[in-house]
Amino acid sequence: MTAVSAGRRRPVRPARVVLHLFLGTVAVGWLFPILWAVLTSFRSYEYTAANGYVSLGGWTIDNYVTAWRTAEFGKHFLNSAYITVPAVLLTLFLASCVAFVIARFSWKLNIALLGLFTAANLLPQQALLIPLFRMFTEIPLPAWMSDSELLYDSYWGLILVNVAFQCGFCVFVLSNYMKALPHELYEAAMVDGASVWRQYWQVTLPLCRPALAALATLEVTWIYNEFFWATVLMRTGDKFPVTSSLNNLRGEFFTDNNLVSAGSVLVAIPTLVIFFLLQKQFVRGLTLGASKG
Amino acid sequence: MSDLPLIQADRAVPPPAATTTNGGRGRRLRLLSRTDRVVVTLMVLVPLLLVTGLVWLPAVATVLLSGTNWDGIGPISEIEWVGAKNYDDVVNIYPPFVPAVQNNLLWLAALFVVATPIGMFLAVLLDKELRGSRFYQTALYLPVVLSLALIGFIWQLIYSRDQGLLNGVFGGETDWYGDPNVNIWAVLVAAGWRHVGYIMLLYLAGLKGVDPSLREAAAVDGSSETSTFFRVVFPVMRPINIIVLVVTVIESLRAFDLVWVINKGRNGLELISALVTQNVVGEASRIGFGSALATIMLAVSLVFITIYLWTVMREDKR
Repeated sequence: MTAVSAGRRRPVRPARVVLHLFLGTVAVGWLFPILWAVLTSFRSYEYTAANGYVSLGGWTIDNYVTAWRTAEFGKHFLNSAYITVPAVLLTLFLASCVAFVIARFSWKLNIALLGLFTAANLLPQQALLIPLFRMFTEIPLPAWMSDSELLYDSYWGLILVNVAFQCGFCVFVLSNYMKALPHELYEAAMVDGASVWRQYWQVTLPLCRPALAALATLEVTWIYNEFFWATVLMRTGDKFPVTSSLNNLRGEFFTDNNLVSAGSVLVAIPTLVIFFLLQKQFVRGLTLGASKG
Repeated sequence: MSDLPLIQADRAVPPPAATTTNGGRGRRLRLLSRTDRVVVTLMVLVPLLLVTGLVWLPAVATVLLSGTNWDGIGPISEIEWVGAKNYDDVVNIYPPFVPAVQNNLLWLAALFVVATPIGMFLAVLLDKELRGSRFYQTALYLPVVLSLALIGFIWQLIYSRDQGLLNGVFGGETDWYGDPNVNIWAVLVAAGWRHVGYIMLLYLAGLKGVDPSLREAAAVDGSSETSTFFRVVFPVMRPINIIVLVVTVIESLRAFDLVWVINKGRNGLELISALVTQNVVGEASRIGFGSALATIMLAVSLVFITIYLWTVMREDKR
């Protein structure tokens, strides 16, 4: 976009200047809450308490040190990884299986199957909480899988719930993507005697890499950001992933906004890094399907 | 989880090869070997069981439980059927219900009437080939990657009574998150902050898909930019408009994280989703009653999910 307009020299039009001024102001305004959090996180509480927040000075990185230690961020980041990594891999694997079958074979049930998966992604989670909560407290797990010995308060439970909820979206996107692959590929593979599994694993999946990359980026962000299930299906404070541990953090940091801001910045860092590194994938994933070609 | 992405039949990622006729698909199912048939069955069955077991069965169970007086502790055999009593109680003797419905509707109105048009307007501006458009876009959708729980924290730095920026600059004494007269508005600003970027992104992608010759034709006919948008471009984006509408409704219904991190959905921040949760994980475990609330949510969401599926599936067939 920028490259196109940069190449041509056009006379500066007042309308454009107004447009840039307007968009610039909006953009800075939009970034402001985040910038404010970053700014506050680098200032000492004593300084801002004495001089107010509308001031400059009192620079320090102590807030980060304190926040990291009191809120035990190291542990919670690790918990987030335990949940996010398997959940994303499993979601992509299961969703691509279903999508493959939907795209490869035409059954009368295909539309129903697609609807069943897609709709599951859109239901309000809170509406399913009551039976699910009860179910999780009834299903036993061996002690080596979870010290709670139940699906409730275990990483396994959270992974499964996230997978079940995220599958629908991925099935939808992937099945559309796979439907666009030329069918001759499979015919050629069948001539070679390739089994259905090999067609899926060696023909279809490699061709779906762009879609899988976009979905993986998106799903990592979403599952990392997931708040509700971890809040209600976990009990042990030590096992909470980062996003839900925010809830406990509120009590500890309540009186010190500088600590709150340092904590917020720490929690935001993984998603911001993903966003800046994989911005294209992220946007592509969100708008997958919004435009042709 | 709070994102409902735009999903539609056409692809933003171009498929690696040209589409061909799909006439051959499916006819050969009967020719599959026994192993292949087992594999195909497993590929569908395992994910299906997971989604049915963890999403659809609980949904059905919620509806069933809403007609009972179960307290969640006693054995299933002691459950008594009470008919519509729970619904009657929800509406008539549960004080937070009316504020919660009002807040959910307010949430919907704020996102739909304020945030969505702003997002659309910004998308239209950014759709012009502007220098620095990337920067503007990035700034606007940066909040979309943050969780709503985290957004609650970030805005606390602005809203807090003693240490917040708002009172620091204007010298007020308002506790923006705590005062039940204003807190829902404060929260809506934060929710809208995120929603605008999200809608902007969806419309921006939608606008790129609009055939440029339509606009050129309108321009040749002497139509102004504004009237071209409303008479030509906007109607062409109809599927996206419907999807944005549904996304906004469902987001408003699922709103939860933001109010839960602030005060667990009390004191001016009641939402139906928070009430359901309070009735289950709180001290008072009122299963039948909470299920009635949850069923109301389910019913509303299913109406819009149907519209959504109908729209995307129809696009699919084209």
